[in-house]
Formats: sequence, structure tokens, C-alpha cells
Amino acid sequence: MAGIIGKKIGMTSVITPEGKKHACTVIQAGPCVVTQVKTVESDGYAAIQLGFGEAKVKNAGKPMIGHFAKAKTTPKSKVAEFHFDQAMSLGDTVTVDLFAEGDFVDAIANTKGKGFQGVVKRHGFAGVGGSTHGQHNRLRAPGSLGASSFPSRVFKGMRMAGRMGGTRVKMMNLAVLKINKENNLLVIKGAVPGSNGSYILIEK
Amino acid sequence: MSNLLKIVEQEFLKTDLPSFKAGDTVAVSYKIKEGTKERIQLYQGVVIQRRNSGLNETFTVRKISNGVGVERIFPIHSTNIEKIEVMSRGKVRRARIFYQRGLTGKKARIKEKRG
Repeated sequence: MAGIIGKKIGMTSVITPEGKKHACTVIQAGPCVVTQVKTVESDGYAAIQLGFGEAKVKNAGKPMIGHFAKAKTTPKSKVAEFHFDQAMSLGDTVTVDLFAEGDFVDAIANTKGKGFQGVVKRHGFAGVGGSTHGQHNRLRAPGSLGASSFPSRVFKGMRMAGRMGGTRVKMMNLAVLKINKENNLLVIKGAVPGSNGSYILIEK
Repeated sequence: MSNLLKIVEQEFLKTDLPSFKAGDTVAVSYKIKEGTKERIQLYQGVVIQRRNSGLNETFTVRKISNGVGVERIFPIHSTNIEKIEVMSRGKVRRARIFYQRGLTGKKARIKEKRG
């Protein structure tokens, strides 16, 4: 799937010609540089590696500086691989032109870390019991973990409290509401994973 | 707010808005769709606050209708608002005049700004 690397700027709203207001996310998408062309013969699979965002030369390792020099470009802060249908060569640029208004895209990013969370927030449990009639401290409890003498154990994969968020997720079929070519902006309907300023991969 | 967000919002912001603030009496022409027909409803009252900024800015208009206080919140850049007309400018000391909710009759009068 063809794609581009971007940076989440933040959320706002847009008004459609029908007068409807939609919440949207603004993403600075590209311009990205092709930093490596992987082929079945040399790498075992075909892919295009794109680079996005300027990295300081003093912070880039020598191997990476050499890698970017092959594509005749400056060190980039983020690289990712995509599968493009059309042939591309080293040093080509991919811009937001890849998308059109009305397209549906997928967004891949790391979600915000939520820390250690209980089952109500983490798995959508309803808690046990009510808040009145003399009950207490059961409102956000997980309830029973299973039966007693048989099976005499807790099944694997039982949903419990634990670390939530901070995982890579893909949100599919998000509508592209607007494209701003001068500023490389992509306006996507609704929310996308991650915090403002984090990297995000947009696939078509 | 980030400049890039402003660029996206810019397109939808109204530029022909009259300047008004809390204490002013305004008449809002609001478009209402009934099936296929469209008509304009006039809502007149005192602005008691303006809040938020950019595309999400709203203002609250309070009026006394049949002896009952009614407040209505309008998104200032809404396309359903055809026109905002400032009827009079009020002289108030604060940006949010919620104390008006507790006042009725003569006490609820707002002095008009002169000049």
C-alpha cells in the first residue's frame, strides 16, 4: 500500500458545504524522500523506504549519514517502508499529492500511554454492583475470574488490569476531508492515535 | 494554537462579523430547515458571554420569554447564522455577566454605552 510519513499537528473542525461541522485531525504529511528501494532479488521482498523530518547531522550515526548520502539527501529523523505500485528510484520525493479529497486512508501510530489501568477503562468492564444500597468498593471491580474446582485455574488470556496504551495501532477507513498542498497538510475526519507532534504513517 | 491548525481553520472563519461583547443586545438571524423549506428565525437578547477561540468560538444570548429566562448558545462561525445585528451596546464591568441570571425586572437593566 502506498503511503506517507507525517506528524500529528492537532485537532480542530471543518465545516462542510452542507453546513455540517466535523471534528478533524490535521497532519503534516511529507514531503518524504525515497531513501532505499528494496527488491525481491536483493532483499527478499519489494518495498520503498521513505524518510521524513530533518535530523541534526551531529545526532545521526555515521552509518545512517552514509545511508542517506546514497539517496543524496540530509539525515532524516524517521524512516518507514511502504509498498508502492509504481516504480520509484532513490531520491524521489513523495508529497501529499498522493491523496485526494474524499479518499479513505489508514493511520498507523503509537497510542498515548495510559499507564496501569483497571478493567473498566482497559477492557470496558461494567464493574460489579451499584454505588448505593450499602455497597462499597465494588464499583470498578473485575468480578469473578472463573469457576472453582473445575478448572481449578484461571484461563490464559483472562482480561485483567495492567498497562494500557503505548501500542502500535492502525485505524482504518478514515476520510480525507481536505488537502493543503502549500503547507503539506492532510485533514482527516475524526481522531487518530498518538499525541500531538508524534509520527504517524498514512496509507492509502 | 499551532499556526498550521490556524491555516486549516482560516478558510471557515467569518470576516464580516460585527464587534460585540457581553452586555450588548443582539438580534441573531438563524436559518432553520424544515424538510425542504428554509426560513429565518430572529432571536434577540443580551449577550452574556463569549467563549473559546477560533472556529470553536461561541456566544450565549439570554432573553426573557413569557417570563421565563431563555439562554441560547450560538457557534459564532456557524453557517446557519445569516446575520448578527447589534441593537445596542451595554455598559458592563465584566466579560461574563452571569449575575444577570439572578436578577429580574428593574434590577436586570443594563445601562447603555454612550457615544
